Amino acid sequence: MSNDILRQDAATPIVIVGHVDHGKSTLIGRLLHDTDNLPEGRVAQIIESSRKRGLKVEWSFLLDSLQIERDQGVTVDSTRIPFLLGNRQFVIVDAPGHRQFLRNMITGAADAEAAVLVVDAAEGAQEQTRRHAMLLRLIGIRHVIVLMNKVDLLDYDEQKIAASEQAVAALLKQLDIEPSLFIPASAREGDNIASRSPQMAWYKGPTLTEALALVPSPAGRADLPLRLPVQDVYRFDSKRVVAGRIERGRVTVGDTLVIGTHGTTARVASIESWHTAPQISAVAGQSVAITLEPDVIPDRGDLLHRPEEAPIRTARIRSRLFWLRQEPLRVGESFRLRLATAEHQVTVASIDSVVRLDDLTEHASDHVPPEGFAEITLAASESILFDAFTPGTTDGRGVLVDRHQRIVGGAPLIGPADIASGTKAIHPTDSTVSLWDRAQARGHRGGVFWMTGLPGAGKSTIARAAESRLFGQKIDVSVLDGDTLRAGLCADLGFSEADRTENVRRAAAVARILAETGQVVLVALISPRAADRELARQVVGEGFHEIFVDADQATCEARDPKGLYQAARAGRITGFTGIDAPYDTPASPDLHLPTGTGSVGEVADRLAAYVADSVVLAEGTRRRS
Amino acid sequence: MDDLDQLEAQSIYILREAYRKLKPLAMLWSLGKDSNVMVWLARKAFLGRVPFPVMHVDTGKKFPEMYRFRDEYTRKWELELLLGDCPPVEEIDPTLPPAARSAARKTAGLATMIEKYKLEGVIAGIRRDEQATRAKERVFSPRGSSHKWDVRNQPPEFWDQYATPHEEGVHIRVHPLLSWREIDIWRYIEREGIPLVDLYFSKNGKRYRSLGDQDITSPIESDASTVAEVITELQTTRTSERAGRAMDHESEDAFERLRVAGYL
Repeated sequence: MSNDILRQDAATPIVIVGHVDHGKSTLIGRLLHDTDNLPEGRVAQIIESSRKRGLKVEWSFLLDSLQIERDQGVTVDSTRIPFLLGNRQFVIVDAPGHRQFLRNMITGAADAEAAVLVVDAAEGAQEQTRRHAMLLRLIGIRHVIVLMNKVDLLDYDEQKIAASEQAVAALLKQLDIEPSLFIPASAREGDNIASRSPQMAWYKGPTLTEALALVPSPAGRADLPLRLPVQDVYRFDSKRVVAGRIERGRVTVGDTLVIGTHGTTARVASIESWHTAPQISAVAGQSVAITLEPDVIPDRGDLLHRPEEAPIRTARIRSRLFWLRQEPLRVGESFRLRLATAEHQVTVASIDSVVRLDDLTEHASDHVPPEGFAEITLAASESILFDAFTPGTTDGRGVLVDRHQRIVGGAPLIGPADIASGTKAIHPTDSTVSLWDRAQARGHRGGVFWMTGLPGAGKSTIARAAESRLFGQKIDVSVLDGDTLRAGLCADLGFSEADRTENVRRAAAVARILAETGQVVLVALISPRAADRELARQVVGEGFHEIFVDADQATCEARDPKGLYQAARAGRITGFTGIDAPYDTPASPDLHLPTGTGSVGEVADRLAAYVADSVVLAEGTRRRS
Repeated sequence: MDDLDQLEAQSIYILREAYRKLKPLAMLWSLGKDSNVMVWLARKAFLGRVPFPVMHVDTGKKFPEMYRFRDEYTRKWELELLLGDCPPVEEIDPTLPPAARSAARKTAGLATMIEKYKLEGVIAGIRRDEQATRAKERVFSPRGSSHKWDVRNQPPEFWDQYATPHEEGVHIRVHPLLSWREIDIWRYIEREGIPLVDLYFSKNGKRYRSLGDQDITSPIESDASTVAEVITELQTTRTSERAGRAMDHESEDAFERLRVAGYL
């Protein structure tokens, strides 16, 4: 057997997109048929299926393999079919055009090298033409061929076709998509698909098959800086191996690599394999298994890279978004952000702009509609390592997953968001004094008691009263309250949803630092959003207690210690929790403190008892008497 | 990297994802060429071992050569083999055409094993180019408690992020060979020297191109008696791989109905 049978280039995936009924499936049927890519008997099957439904030869039946698709004449899910043109392998991806099957369109299109955007030349660009074009940009497909279909309906007229082309070109220009080519064609008649149309002698450009042959092969990623996300760690026999796929760059035995956000380094001791010639080097695209020296244990999701080639590191990320959930997205919702093999808890801190689909312009909005496009800011409870989204690489391919493990959106990550500590080099050093040492010295552990409730519910008052009781019991205690924070640390923040989230994040970060020094921290903060409190819990980690300071709104408004309700009712303050901004009642707080009845002293006693019970070490484990 | 290297690397990535995310996990081993390639890829992914059991759902109607092959390579490859039976054909949906009914026995046998071992992941060697409904499959394909394939409502799958089970009773079918073509399988077998049952090679002018139950699988006319000759034959053939599998051709939607009900 000759060597070229065993050695071939990988297939180039080409996705066919466009508005419903603009002729995608027909185009593919025609393309496969005219290039001799159909197995024997398939044409006869299609003629039979068409006849049964009283249709002429319906090429779309080739791909619409599901009964529902043939009966209803719509493509529901993407199909991928291998396709040979000369010696070059392609995979043709048929993507559904209906809006409700957008998730299937993306499933088909996401790894394509190039796209053929099919536009009915007589009808021009429609809603799904724009939506699909937008998606091509967001998933990073740069090579776009526009097929102006059904030109037989325009009598193959050069002027009419040119006018239709110009409208489409203008639309694509708004998206920074520079099509490589416009091809006037009729898929049904076969004009300019695999052979030159005798009807359009004026057209001198390539046919579709000629254009496909010109699609560049994927650029190599071996010469970029190394990114190796850890997929898993195995212990086979007595050896520990780190498994993962090299996303870009190369790994060579002897390389020193940084492991994840911890900053630990290790040397690549070997590249392990089975039934393969021994390797000392491996490149982008390979799934490898390596051993490290010293034998450190990375976690899944840790990104291995060279010390001098660090990725972006930030806890606040600016991201594009294609939203796939059937309900709108709002600020404050939390998700898991999957990024290669890593998963991070993130909260949508702000919706910065939303694309209006009828003219592709960007606007402010408080939500992203179903199947919408937007730019958003994601806040994480820990630093995330990533590279900005770049077409032709796997960089920055974020995916949002809800708590039911459903994929709800794609998030091409752009870069650090403004308030971020961002690209500044941060090298936290671990203290040599352990939490246990501190707890023993003091007789109690640190902890964060997060007191949430309506304005006027009594959070600060009770916190101060409990503080003095706890101090009397020799407990190191301090109070962080909203007004104090906003006067100093958070003076730059307002009351938008994004700023409220940031306010909560900062309070939680400070509380955590204090708690780690062994202090008991009472945080008195309205923190109206459940998602924000969840973020706080994430930031603080162990030792977080949610305390619901509960008084009904009428009671709070009657108390109105700061005159704020009165101001809000008079319209002098907007976005006031309880009046014109929502308060998410805690579903299962660690402690429920009703303050509608009973004295401040009684409630503070309850809180102090709960706190002491949570943090004070049992007799016998204390060092200090 | 050439195309086989890329297909291999992608399959290894998928197998490692499955091993990490789905527990308990098992791989279907039908003893055919594709599932042998799949076992081989698992050994590549896990450095010479298969760290989960392989399952043979036995219809009792396979060729004797296949049973011999199974016993030999279970030992040689040090596989943990789980065996399962299929119910008699009388217990199968009588509205299905006869050959499809026979094939549906395997679906029922598989369902029994999934429940018996409480499997969260089942690795299967189907490929998109085999059959048009398989071309619509996901790499990680969730199946509800009745094991049905909800073909109208498949989850999005992109950028190598796969579905994970989210509730009790859901299992995931994992398809590491989805992007391979028939000829890729054979070229990989040639490159790696993967052993096969010899029914695939010509005797007296006939060979099997696809292996199912004895009574519903027919051989094709062929003189290809080595892997290299099979590859040469596939480069020119125009008939489809499953032309010899009776169940595919009984009615327009026979195969789709089988698959929706849980067939591979």
